[in-house]
Amino acid sequence: MPGRRTLPAALLGAALLGATAAAEWSGFVAVEARGFFHAPLDPDQHGANLSLAAEPEFTHRWDDGRHSFRFVPFLRWDQHDDARSHADIRELGWVVAAQAWELRAGVRKVFWGVTESQHLVDVINQTDLVENLDGEDKLGQPMINLALIHDWGTVDLYALAGFRERSFPGREGRLRSHPPVDTGLSQFESSRGRGRIDAAIRWRRSIGAFDIGLAHFHGTARDPRLVPGLDDLGRPVLIPHYDIIDQSSLDLQATLGQWLWKLETISRRQQGERFTAATAGFEYTLVGVLAGSADLGLLAEYVYDDRGTRAPTPFQDDLFLGLRLALNDVQSTELLAGVIGDREFDTRFYNLEASRRIGDHWKIALELRALSGAPAADPFFSLRRDDTLQIELARYF
Amino acid sequence: MPKLSTIILLSSLLVPDAQAATPEEQGLAIAREMDRRDTGFQDLRADLTMTLRNRQGDETSRHLRIRSLEVTGNGDKSLILFDSPADVKGTALLSYTHATRPDDQWLYLPALKRVKRIASANKSGPFVGSEFAYEDLTSQEVDKYRYKYLRDEGLDGRATMVIERYPAYEHSGYTRQVVWVDREMYQPLKLEFYDRKDSLLKTLIFGDYRQYLGHYWRAGRMSMENHQNGKSTELRWSDYRFRNGYTNRDFDQSSLQRAR
Repeated sequence: MPGRRTLPAALLGAALLGATAAAEWSGFVAVEARGFFHAPLDPDQHGANLSLAAEPEFTHRWDDGRHSFRFVPFLRWDQHDDARSHADIRELGWVVAAQAWELRAGVRKVFWGVTESQHLVDVINQTDLVENLDGEDKLGQPMINLALIHDWGTVDLYALAGFRERSFPGREGRLRSHPPVDTGLSQFESSRGRGRIDAAIRWRRSIGAFDIGLAHFHGTARDPRLVPGLDDLGRPVLIPHYDIIDQSSLDLQATLGQWLWKLETISRRQQGERFTAATAGFEYTLVGVLAGSADLGLLAEYVYDDRGTRAPTPFQDDLFLGLRLALNDVQSTELLAGVIGDREFDTRFYNLEASRRIGDHWKIALELRALSGAPAADPFFSLRRDDTLQIELARYF
Repeated sequence: MPKLSTIILLSSLLVPDAQAATPEEQGLAIAREMDRRDTGFQDLRADLTMTLRNRQGDETSRHLRIRSLEVTGNGDKSLILFDSPADVKGTALLSYTHATRPDDQWLYLPALKRVKRIASANKSGPFVGSEFAYEDLTSQEVDKYRYKYLRDEGLDGRATMVIERYPAYEHSGYTRQVVWVDREMYQPLKLEFYDRKDSLLKTLIFGDYRQYLGHYWRAGRMSMENHQNGKSTELRWSDYRFRNGYTNRDFDQSSLQRAR
């Protein structure tokens, strides 16, 4: 990985520049408990689970912040799921910034997009799905990224080296497909497999109330097709197939007073076919609710995929409705409640996330997920017995 | 100090006397003079410690760093970096402020690496759980208010001009503010905030003023007391540094993601 070689250089740079340099450690350790409301579908699975995670963060800046180096390893130990016990390098990279450009090399994390219910245009990093069903956790991606900064917008060029496969819960893990995914049997369309270098380009600009992003990605899809097969012991499993795709995308947000209007749309060529998918909606914020200082956000997004029920995603003709409450108090108490419902099936997927700081260094977070009405044809069907309550207590340093 | 006496002489010439102008004209003249004297600082950076105190007297603190770039003909650009509490470390807020319309604001969330354009119409909500509203902290443009001169008054041994100002911004949390302006520095010593029902909401006291570059006055301490909920917040500013050579490039979304 290119980032590894920058470590000695960064440390040398720091030593030479001494006084202007600044190095610091931060991060968190967390304990997580999950309880499930129903007996599992598979006798290999468990009714409750404990897990520990740590994510230290080392940041070093020198030359008045024009150079920076970051190292962010991640570690998780899981009581039952061997696939969820894992380590990853979230970040290990170096950034140099000049007036008209920035060069970023190493293992990095990049986010594209504006919507909340799903992140269609966000294709740079692989999802660390064992972490959380919501797909917000990402694996570090080795890359070289050159940003060209102009008055007419910023152009980011990416060379993505070293494909990261999606993580999937193991046989003993909950919140997984039935049968489970066997990541040891992954298939790649590219003859170079994981060694293929993917490429992406993105233009981004803010014009008045509008934030616009246009991008194209050519490379191995981050989301595999899951094809039924048998593992080495002859048991049924799902085998990830990673296709080469061409994906063009647009993300757009209009910020008009208390309204945020959002659109993400992709057009993707995969397996010789082209399809379109989109997420569109709004977030409206009511300010000064609950005795004056809280904000209440009302969210609605429509999720569409023109492959319809052939789409490998459960989100092909769905409506997401959500409430976001921020108390704006000393403890930064926040609550996000949402439901995503299929317009064709009776599937409803409910989510509640709440968090609050305790003292100056602790934070408690709660997640409740429940599913109702999923028919056998819906990809959500395999989660029908996985309604869960998760509590996480984290110590930040 | 010849310089100081020159300033005093100048200010007495610039402020119209009561007979020559209406209270509104006098108020506006004072605001313009405050603005004029603070123009030309180019950019600044400072560290900020916020101490939040509740009704029971429990305290908690936050550390922030602030950078701002003077923009002539519009509100300033600013970058606020959060160092503590630990769970929000690395979070950063980029603002392009405007006098009479909502600011443009982008929030950087380091855990997700996500830059979020946020709805900024609400400038009156609590800033990071403190008794300061976002609008209390942004740059003070003349066009942000209408003004009225009230009276001259002594305040803790300083000569002040008391003016009333009325927010021009429709989403402001206040009907009016009363400002005690120091005659010598042309900086506020005390500010009273009246809520939308026109009852006294908060009082802000400025202290530990220091002059930088031989010209620009900055308070080292700002104490806000909320009379309605019994809470208070104290800001302690340190390490003010002017003219760092910042450009627009230091206040864009790429810098927002790098800033620490």
